[in-house]
Amino acid sequence: MNFGFPHFMALLPVISLTVASVVVMLCTAFFRRHGLIAALTLLGLGITLACLHQQSGIAAIEVTPLMQFDRLSVFFSAWILVAAMVVTLLSWHYFRTREGLSEELYVLLLTATLGAVVMVSSIHFASFFLGLEILSVSLFALVAYPVTSLTRKDRSAASPIEAGIKYLILAGIASAMLAMGMAFLYAATGELSFSGIQTMLQTDAVHESRNLYAMGGIVMILAGVAFKLALVPFHMWTPDVYHGAPAPVTAFLATVSKFAMLVLILRAFLFARGDHPEAVIAVVTGVAAVSMLVGNLLALQQNNVKRMLAYSSISHSGYVLVAFLAGMVASTANAIKAEGIEVEAIAFYIVSYLLTSLTAFGVVSVLSSGRERVSYSRESGGNVDAETRDTDGLQDYESLFWKRPVMASVFAIALLSSAGIPLTIGFMGKFYIFAAGVTSALWWLLLVLIASSGIGLFYYLRLVLVMFRLPEGGHDGHGEEVMAPAQTTAAALVREIPVGARWLMVLLGGVILWLGVYPGPLMAEIRDILVAMRVAG
Amino acid sequence: MMLLDLIVLLFGGGILAWISGRMDARFPRWVSLIVLLVGLLYLITHWVGADPDLADRALSGIPSGSGVWQFALVADWMPLFGVKFFLAADGLSLALLVLTFGLGIVAVFSAWSEITDRSGFFYFNLLWTLAGVAGIFSALDLLLFFFFWEVMLIPMYFLISLWGHEKREYAALKFFIFTQVSGLLMLLSIIALAFFHYQQTGVITFDYFSLRNTPLPEGVGIWVMLGFFVAFTVKLPSVPFHTWLPDAHTQAPTAGSVLLAGLLLKTGAYGLMRFILPLFPSQAAQFAPIAMLLGVISILYAAKLAFAQLDFKRLIAYTSISHMGFILLGIFSANALAMQGAVIQMLAHGISSSALFAIAGSLQHRLHTRQFSRMGGLAKTMPNTAAMGVFFSIAALGMPGFGNFVGEALVLFGSFQVNPLLTMLATVGMILSPIYALKIIQKVFHANAEAEPIGDALGEQARAEDFRFHERLSMGLMVVAILWLGVHPQPVIRLVEPSISALLVPAPVQVSGLAQQDEWSIGR
Repeated sequence: MNFGFPHFMALLPVISLTVASVVVMLCTAFFRRHGLIAALTLLGLGITLACLHQQSGIAAIEVTPLMQFDRLSVFFSAWILVAAMVVTLLSWHYFRTREGLSEELYVLLLTATLGAVVMVSSIHFASFFLGLEILSVSLFALVAYPVTSLTRKDRSAASPIEAGIKYLILAGIASAMLAMGMAFLYAATGELSFSGIQTMLQTDAVHESRNLYAMGGIVMILAGVAFKLALVPFHMWTPDVYHGAPAPVTAFLATVSKFAMLVLILRAFLFARGDHPEAVIAVVTGVAAVSMLVGNLLALQQNNVKRMLAYSSISHSGYVLVAFLAGMVASTANAIKAEGIEVEAIAFYIVSYLLTSLTAFGVVSVLSSGRERVSYSRESGGNVDAETRDTDGLQDYESLFWKRPVMASVFAIALLSSAGIPLTIGFMGKFYIFAAGVTSALWWLLLVLIASSGIGLFYYLRLVLVMFRLPEGGHDGHGEEVMAPAQTTAAALVREIPVGARWLMVLLGGVILWLGVYPGPLMAEIRDILVAMRVAG
Repeated sequence: MMLLDLIVLLFGGGILAWISGRMDARFPRWVSLIVLLVGLLYLITHWVGADPDLADRALSGIPSGSGVWQFALVADWMPLFGVKFFLAADGLSLALLVLTFGLGIVAVFSAWSEITDRSGFFYFNLLWTLAGVAGIFSALDLLLFFFFWEVMLIPMYFLISLWGHEKREYAALKFFIFTQVSGLLMLLSIIALAFFHYQQTGVITFDYFSLRNTPLPEGVGIWVMLGFFVAFTVKLPSVPFHTWLPDAHTQAPTAGSVLLAGLLLKTGAYGLMRFILPLFPSQAAQFAPIAMLLGVISILYAAKLAFAQLDFKRLIAYTSISHMGFILLGIFSANALAMQGAVIQMLAHGISSSALFAIAGSLQHRLHTRQFSRMGGLAKTMPNTAAMGVFFSIAALGMPGFGNFVGEALVLFGSFQVNPLLTMLATVGMILSPIYALKIIQKVFHANAEAEPIGDALGEQARAEDFRFHERLSMGLMVVAILWLGVHPQPVIRLVEPSISALLVPAPVQVSGLAQQDEWSIGR
């Protein structure tokens, strides 16, 4: 096996992330200083990003049969690293004022990011599984942060430990399914690389629809992937885990973890040539339709913002699946590789999803951080531990716009982007999905998409309205300087927000708007990358 | 550039109004008023001074023989999808743009003393709604049109849900969901249309003029048209999709009702006129009987419902649906006479319904009620208001001499040539409208005040003051406008005539279908 300097250079981001996590771990052992560790983490991520930048124009290069570094992996790794940096900042802000030892969090954050980057570049089931496990195992512990909450008296609020264990068990089962599916596929084809399996499946001997092993393997892999993407019927864990995990970790879970899996199946999809069995198309169609509807319908019932966003992320996975389906239908009809508008739609949509959820959960996280300014009312709130509770109840957002115009505006932008309203990147994503669906004539699925978007509007707008509602007693006021009297905010947690966190959120909201109004360059970049992939592949 | 300037002016003015509201609650209304006046003057001076052939046809790609277009502006927006930032205006657009700014001023005046709470954000939303409407009337790229179509929703949603009346949140949500879901159907149709165009020519474009020549596959065309039709008739609204309107109109603050009735409904009518007939001539002809039937049902059913209302604003809301039925009838008659009638009706109804909403709103502001049972005898204490109420009720019922009469009569003349039976049924609507108009006059201004006088109920009759100066001013403007439309509509008809004939004739065919392409693929 040849492994020369170019391979080393290509591998540099992965190496840099590994080194960073080791350095951060060692540093934690000697200097337990929260700020220092967070800064080191940021530095590590920044150096990795610089390594990526330096190889942004490279031709595709295979490093061992396991991984391939190309423009696709560089592009998506960069998004992952940016998201990880945002999450690092959020975590620093969030855990700064909380009790407990939070420095280890950053080690886990780095390893999880490493897993995601490995997944994005893998072209082999072994590296896929390896990356997935690095990511998942780090997440088990991350979800359960901070450990101090074991002692909490209040049982009603979701506990991170409970969420962590739930995630551990269910993700473990999903991984087992995935591994079993890989084994079946291996039994059927004798291959574990994406391209090898693809070639074998095209031969008549092991055509997927005629081979029970291959079929079983594909189904099990689909189940494992569906778990990660929180597709119905593998979505049960999502609301509980999203709710229970600390807000910055939820942000990571909803963005990086899901994003890496989506990129991975996008890459596997690029290898998929020719016809997809009708049974698979039928199953995926059903899963997509049900995910869109169930996600949105269940979100209607939620009074907790994190749970609501969790259900909304289920429906977003359904939307992406529509684009995948469009690609499957198109490539089946024309017996060609999936390419064109469908793949662009997937790539654009997942970027838009990453940005939107990162912003939405970011706002929740920022609002949940810091010391509270108005003391928590004992009468209305009872015994909830205000110090550790996240700002995620609907009542916490009451009239937020009039108290924190910036945060509320950014949150509103993120919500409208999730709802797919123009001027936001979410609309462009939806536009792409429509375009892909029309190309493959998926009329019924698109109608389901429209219907579920209509349902989705209801809860997004409800939250927006809650935030913009004029404060009580303000109706006979005489202008904007009239602030809500303190007693109306008694039930809500109001915390101080440092300028930096505010600017970070403004930046994210601005990017959502900018790419919503002027998406041309991003579109062109994605098309370029995919054309390069086609030429290479 | 002029159209872009106007839209930017409105967007920028909105932000300015918001900022100024932080200094003093009274600044935003002045900012808005000045912005709208400047916009109106700018529009009129440029229009008068402009050479009708100013549009650079080669640059903007407007084929000759498609009407008189002015002020064209074309720039690439999303080159990958052939989406352009393409604004231009013909007579129809210009007439509606003047209406936009004029009614914007009326809306500012009707909010003048009513909105005191968070006025900065209020006027921000008001101006942004107007910006969206102005964009709708001038966008010639279908995706850009859709953008503006959606952009105006959010500020309108805030106007209703924050400053509305008792059931405001329900009404605002209903309005938003109706419009947004139907809007998504339109988006689907827009993309489908562009896709079929691409299949036949190999060119991805959302350009209005290019898409006019798209032959659609058998059986699919009607569905593509229906996507547009549903979006526009929800906004119009026509009968099966009208239920959002009474709620939204009733609950909105006065300025919001003025915008809704005067402008947002007209965007639906404009869409039907601008897009359905030219883009889908054969499908529209096929569908016309059903659309006309829906129009007639709207006229009669909504008129009957209007008569049954006990709430002033709700009554006017139903009359709006009824009058919009005439527009639907006129547009799908697809002849010049009926179309001209529909345009006059759009302008006249925009003015008369806005005026009635402004009156209802000012009464509610003073009396804190919209119920007829609690009004009555107001002619004595509020002579000016009563005079205006009578004037605009009569205008709305279609009395000769007012713009509404011209519009409805022209529509009926035109549609009689196409479908006499439905026209006769629609004429019944002209009998029903005096009934509800007289109900307004009777119940509000003249009914026996002794029965349950508002003074006793609220102890405020003595203080219920008449119109103030700014209200008289805006009423006066509308009186002049609607009389002018009624007595001398010829200039308006002459203005929109070329646009209408361009909408009715089949588009000049430029390019026949090139090689058939299978996929909308990358890397072209």
